[in-house]
Amino acid sequence: MTTGHDTAAASPAKEGGAAPGRPSGGGPTEQEQRRRKRQSRRWQRDVRWSPYAFVSPFFLLFLAFGLFPLIYTGWASLHQVELTAPTDMDWVGLRNYTRIFDDEFFWNAAENTLTIGIISTVPQLLMAMGIAHILNYKLRASTFYRVAMLAPYATSIAAASLLFVLLFGRDYGMINWALGAVGIDNIDWQNDKWASQIAVSTIVIWRWTGYNALIYLAAMQAIPQDLYESAALDGASRWQQFFHVTLPSLRPTILFTVVVSTIGASQLFGEPLLFDANKGASGGSQHQFQTLGLYLYEQGWVNQHLGRASAIAWTMFLILIVIGIVNYVISRRLRASS
Amino acid sequence: MTTTLTKPDSPEDRRPRVRRPKAARAGGQMHAGPIAYVILALFTLGSLFPLVWTAIAASRDNQRLAQTPPPFWFGSNLFDNLDLAWNDANLGEAFLNTTFVAGVSAATIVFLSTIAGFAFAKLRFKGRNAMMLIVIGTMMVPPQLSVIPLYMMVAELDWSDQLQAVILPSLVSAFGVFFMRQYLLQALPDEIIEAARVDGASSWRVIWHVVFPAARPAMAVLGMLMFVQTWNDFLWPFLVLTQNGNPTVQVAVAGLGRGYTPDQSLIMAGALLGTLPLLIVFAIFGKQIVGGIMQGAVKG
Repeated sequence: MTTGHDTAAASPAKEGGAAPGRPSGGGPTEQEQRRRKRQSRRWQRDVRWSPYAFVSPFFLLFLAFGLFPLIYTGWASLHQVELTAPTDMDWVGLRNYTRIFDDEFFWNAAENTLTIGIISTVPQLLMAMGIAHILNYKLRASTFYRVAMLAPYATSIAAASLLFVLLFGRDYGMINWALGAVGIDNIDWQNDKWASQIAVSTIVIWRWTGYNALIYLAAMQAIPQDLYESAALDGASRWQQFFHVTLPSLRPTILFTVVVSTIGASQLFGEPLLFDANKGASGGSQHQFQTLGLYLYEQGWVNQHLGRASAIAWTMFLILIVIGIVNYVISRRLRASS
Repeated sequence: MTTTLTKPDSPEDRRPRVRRPKAARAGGQMHAGPIAYVILALFTLGSLFPLVWTAIAASRDNQRLAQTPPPFWFGSNLFDNLDLAWNDANLGEAFLNTTFVAGVSAATIVFLSTIAGFAFAKLRFKGRNAMMLIVIGTMMVPPQLSVIPLYMMVAELDWSDQLQAVILPSLVSAFGVFFMRQYLLQALPDEIIEAARVDGASSWRVIWHVVFPAARPAMAVLGMLMFVQTWNDFLWPFLVLTQNGNPTVQVAVAGLGRGYTPDQSLIMAGALLGTLPLLIVFAIFGKQIVGGIMQGAVKG
């Protein structure tokens, strides 16, 4: 794609170097003119087409490993496909969809995904906002805090989940021990519905709060100083400045983090899978923290129905499209109002 | 869409510029009060304590972890446990595999993102803006939704337990393209490209001799971010690699947790081993990584 450019690159320079050697007064020979014409054509081709060559690897990769599989998932969702023979596909129409919509565990997983999504996203972003606000002050050792709060982000889902399983242990876990010190009885973090959802959300919150705080901090630093100065001149207190200058300026960033966190929450898989390793894909003894991602895995890889798993994936995709449209409408409203 | 940092003129004076707005920005003149420090200290503790406790638990034995109160200081079993976990979980091979996978995909992503980011930032071509919108749009499609056909492909090609099955799908990085575009928009003056053009340099030469040198700091940061991301990838490697076949670190560590002997100190030793390399990278390059994440932050 690009090897042709190298010759084109070298020749105009050479030509410039040769120019003084030409007999003075005489015009370029016919041969020379033809050569130049050829070169300028090559030059134009380069300028015209190389941008496409530079962006094409991304699009080809996305086509092969992003778009095509996504569309093919929709196709597979209309077939019966077994894990053991993934290439044998029998057309079943919408039966996979009616089967999962009739399955109480699908609705259970959808509900869990929503509640765990809320429990993990809302506190996470609120805390990140508060921390970013503090980091925006003049601080000693500010780099240290930033790096330290990014350490959980460097910890993998697998390591973090296994660690929190231990911290949330019912009988000997550190968290129950600390709660016991203030007079709260041991909580069964794995088997109680809400406790287990809070515990799984804690893993997500721990890993991502610092990262989001840095995103907010970056946006806060980009707010022009004179906005604050004029607010201060109008007699706005620090809190009023935060609510009337900082928050409105952060709106696009907040929207961005909400979208990213929502997508992340909708895909939650590793944390609930590893939170009760013995139950694995069922997400707890009563499916109390089985997410849609886990339900997809259970249908596809435990029950070996890849067609049904595809129907779940495609349903999740449609849900994300709805979220995307809602997000688009909201952001347009916001832009119109400001 | 703009990055949130102030505009650097060249890579060299980027660092001082990054720090400067601190004095000028909102609240920036104000020193933090004691309460702010207390909150920060608690938050830092919350971030770091679980990691320290991983090491504490890894240095004890299973019996000690089944007592109350839990241990708060290191025991003497650390190296025995690390040794056992290393052998039990096939971690040696897992480390080699993960280093290879993360290295190859980070390097490839950085290379492809830089040339694509350069085209989007500095070259004029038909459909540029529409294509950039598509790139950003692809960020909204989580790769997890594509695993079933990819799994079929892997089965068809007989690629299960082979590393290319993990590497290839990981090469799609819209974030990388966007990140490099944002950086090059600011860090690479048009005049330099024009000067190279006048000298007769082809697009490819411009990339090699102008873009790569100018983009080096951002390429390094993107490389680290992508390395971390691939190193920690879980779902897809978990589906196509097996613990005893050809695992990545995450697959091996997860396998420890699902093993028949729930020796908690051993599990924590494995978790510690799987995390340690990245923590070391963060300890050394933390400042650059923080800067990179903040620079990649989207506004608008």
